[in-house]
Amino acid sequence: MGKRIIIDPITRIEGHLRIEVEITDGKVSNAWSSGQLFRGIEIILQGRDPRDAQHFVQRSCGVCTYVHALSSVRAVENAVGVEIPDNARLIRNLLHGAQYQHDHIVHFYHLHALDWVDIVSALKADPAATSKLTDNVSNSPWGGINYYKNVQARLSTFVESGQLGPFQNAYWGHSAYKLPPEANLMAAAHYLEALRLQAKTARMHAIFGGKNPHPQSLVVGGVTSIRDLSPERLAEFLFTWKETQEFVKNVYIPDLLAVASFYKDWGGIGGTTNFLTWGDFPETGKEPESLYMPRGFIKDRNLKKILDAEQEKVTEHVARGWYEKGDPKHPYEGETKPAHGDYKPDDGKYSWIKAPRYNGASSEVGPLARVLVAYGKGQPEIKATVDSVAKQLDIPLPALFSTLGRTAARGIETLVIGQRMENWINELIGNVKNGDKKVYQKWEMPDEAMGYGLNDVPRGALGHWIKIKDKKIGNYQYVVPSTWNLGPRCENGKLGPVEEALIGTPIADPKQPLEVLRTVHSFDPCIACAIHVIDPNSNEVYKIRVT
Amino acid sequence: MERKKEEFYTRLEKKGVTRRDFMKYCTFLTATMGLNASFVSRVADVFAAPRQRPPVIWLNFAECTGCAESFLRSSYPWADEIVLELINLEYQETIMAASGHQAEESLKQAVEKHKGKFICITEGAIATKYDGAYGKIGGRTFLEVAKSVIPHAKATIAYGTCASFGGVQAAKPNPGGFKGVGEALDIKTINIPGCPPNPVNLVGTIVNYLLLENLPQLDSLGRPLFAYGKTVHDQCPRRGHFEAGEFVREFGSKEAENGWCLYHMGCRGPMTYNNCPIVRFNDGTSWPVQAGHPCMGCSEPDFWDSMSPFYESF
Repeated sequence: MGKRIIIDPITRIEGHLRIEVEITDGKVSNAWSSGQLFRGIEIILQGRDPRDAQHFVQRSCGVCTYVHALSSVRAVENAVGVEIPDNARLIRNLLHGAQYQHDHIVHFYHLHALDWVDIVSALKADPAATSKLTDNVSNSPWGGINYYKNVQARLSTFVESGQLGPFQNAYWGHSAYKLPPEANLMAAAHYLEALRLQAKTARMHAIFGGKNPHPQSLVVGGVTSIRDLSPERLAEFLFTWKETQEFVKNVYIPDLLAVASFYKDWGGIGGTTNFLTWGDFPETGKEPESLYMPRGFIKDRNLKKILDAEQEKVTEHVARGWYEKGDPKHPYEGETKPAHGDYKPDDGKYSWIKAPRYNGASSEVGPLARVLVAYGKGQPEIKATVDSVAKQLDIPLPALFSTLGRTAARGIETLVIGQRMENWINELIGNVKNGDKKVYQKWEMPDEAMGYGLNDVPRGALGHWIKIKDKKIGNYQYVVPSTWNLGPRCENGKLGPVEEALIGTPIADPKQPLEVLRTVHSFDPCIACAIHVIDPNSNEVYKIRVT
Repeated sequence: MERKKEEFYTRLEKKGVTRRDFMKYCTFLTATMGLNASFVSRVADVFAAPRQRPPVIWLNFAECTGCAESFLRSSYPWADEIVLELINLEYQETIMAASGHQAEESLKQAVEKHKGKFICITEGAIATKYDGAYGKIGGRTFLEVAKSVIPHAKATIAYGTCASFGGVQAAKPNPGGFKGVGEALDIKTINIPGCPPNPVNLVGTIVNYLLLENLPQLDSLGRPLFAYGKTVHDQCPRRGHFEAGEFVREFGSKEAENGWCLYHMGCRGPMTYNNCPIVRFNDGTSWPVQAGHPCMGCSEPDFWDSMSPFYESF
């Protein structure tokens, strides 16, 4: 048996996650993903007003903000049978598109980049050479020798002060860092620029949503921000959108390609087998037909035959999670009976995350799943961008089934969805011009009903299922992206996607498992979302073995 | 000090920010903090010529990271300036580079090194049932982590409603026995509630500390009076419509388009203390009532229970 290591906490993610791997002959031979926090939102929802659910579930996560509120109002709308006005659909698409822009930029620069970029090495860079490099690879608005001298000075005062703050104790100097100092400096500079850009990008949410995180303008039946359909507000949105788009086109994508060109071997590491996406961005009232990012399921990497994805085929398994024994169940029938126990990765239970399966299959969700399904279905903008990226990096299509592919797919869809937002905003402006400002459709709460809301959010396929009883919430379940990706083994012993992806990863130094972080972070884990159920009754004490 | 200040202004100008813009911001912040105009230049000094950056340890408990995200939306000063130049952020799981035992090591070292001197900013509630079993970091419960760090802090700021009062996971039936940090540890914390809170109020509190070397005046719930001294209703730009009896009765209606009062749609502005109508969110872009949605009362204790159902008027 190989050497076992545990990484806990995994930082630069949302929430509390533990990853354990076994290393044999310098490679990961087995892996376990374990969620470490319980909050209990589904239980808290029981008996409340269905209209309020969106506000509770939105607090599942402040990083994936907005998305749970969107799924929730869609689920209630599906249950009560209301169709929202065109303007509400467009505003929701724009808010969601803005979330994609924001979320993916932050992920690339602030949560993922430090796995590939060595900040300390940036201090050794030659500012003149860095400036040249930037001009060669991108259209970045920032550059020049003085600019890079300035960034370097800022970083070195920081490093020399001994107060390293968030850059303390990292794996700097690790042999798996491959970028030359100049590329590191360029990326470090853009890390800082992106920190500012994202604050501006988030203003798109505030314009039609009142604030970010946790915008507050959705209601069952539409949106409330009718006063923001003014020319000033629409222009403000358009300009904020444009600034972000320019960053994506001129900085994010070029950085992604530049960094990726040094890590092409990661096109052969970190792949999985099956992919699920509910799709998103309805362009008419018809779903799934009009979804800009299409719905579909890929079995065994077969891009030639994209299967339909149907919510009826979702089940959740609890065999290896800290729950009482039970058969796999569809979310409408979902139940949660925790059984606290020790952390037993080998033969027992080891996580608070349930294991969702699609038609029995462990399925990766997220940017890679969306981009592969869209590619397989021939969605023109995705197809063109994927082909162009593959050509520029000089990698074959199968290299997309990897950690590199996952990170590239995130950039590709940021660009494509971002560009599509222009159509939605123009459509909205057109409606307003024609005197259509309808943003809300009146409806009545039935005594009994059930419904679901499916969407695909930055981290992947998200579904909310609600049963209404006596005009109140009878049962509420949601199956979220990180549950799909970070879940444990199912009752048949089949590994969850992150566990599967980690197998075969080369590890240079088990004390500094940088390579594990690369693949785990490429999924952009969000643990607060993944675990939102809790035991309301048990008085048992749950203890974890401290390893 | 003068040299440092000049360097600071040069840097600002390079970023396209004039000295005049900067002083305008300092005036805004000074006013938000409720200090008189004579403090403006001293507020400016805090940014322009910080002494040793005060050590800060940021702990995440049962939360959604929305509070850390709101902090990252700070645009004046930008978050990178706060992190690189204003404070010394020794531990913050959302953005720090280190993971695993290296991360744990950072936390231990930081507490040792800055014992009695650091500011602890906490985000999220603490599980107290079942020995705190519902949340762990590095195999230790939140409660254990909190007890090993917080008593050594010079001051503890509970940032957001969860850290202040328990928040969403403490809503009935509060399955994990979640509590705010002050209550869980039986200590006094400075509470900056809101879901999320406004980063302006956190910056204001930190600047207050750097400037006057003490903490701002608090109300009976531990909230800085400069931010939570008045109700949302009293500061609401739609207040005139309330007085005139002009109310919205349906979303998307003519009345909604006119910007009338949302009281009958469930607005909790009259019982909620916060400065949202004045500072607004995301660099003053908007706030919920401006977006046509009623206030939910998110900076009040137990608002998930006491203020809901949110769309029914009281």
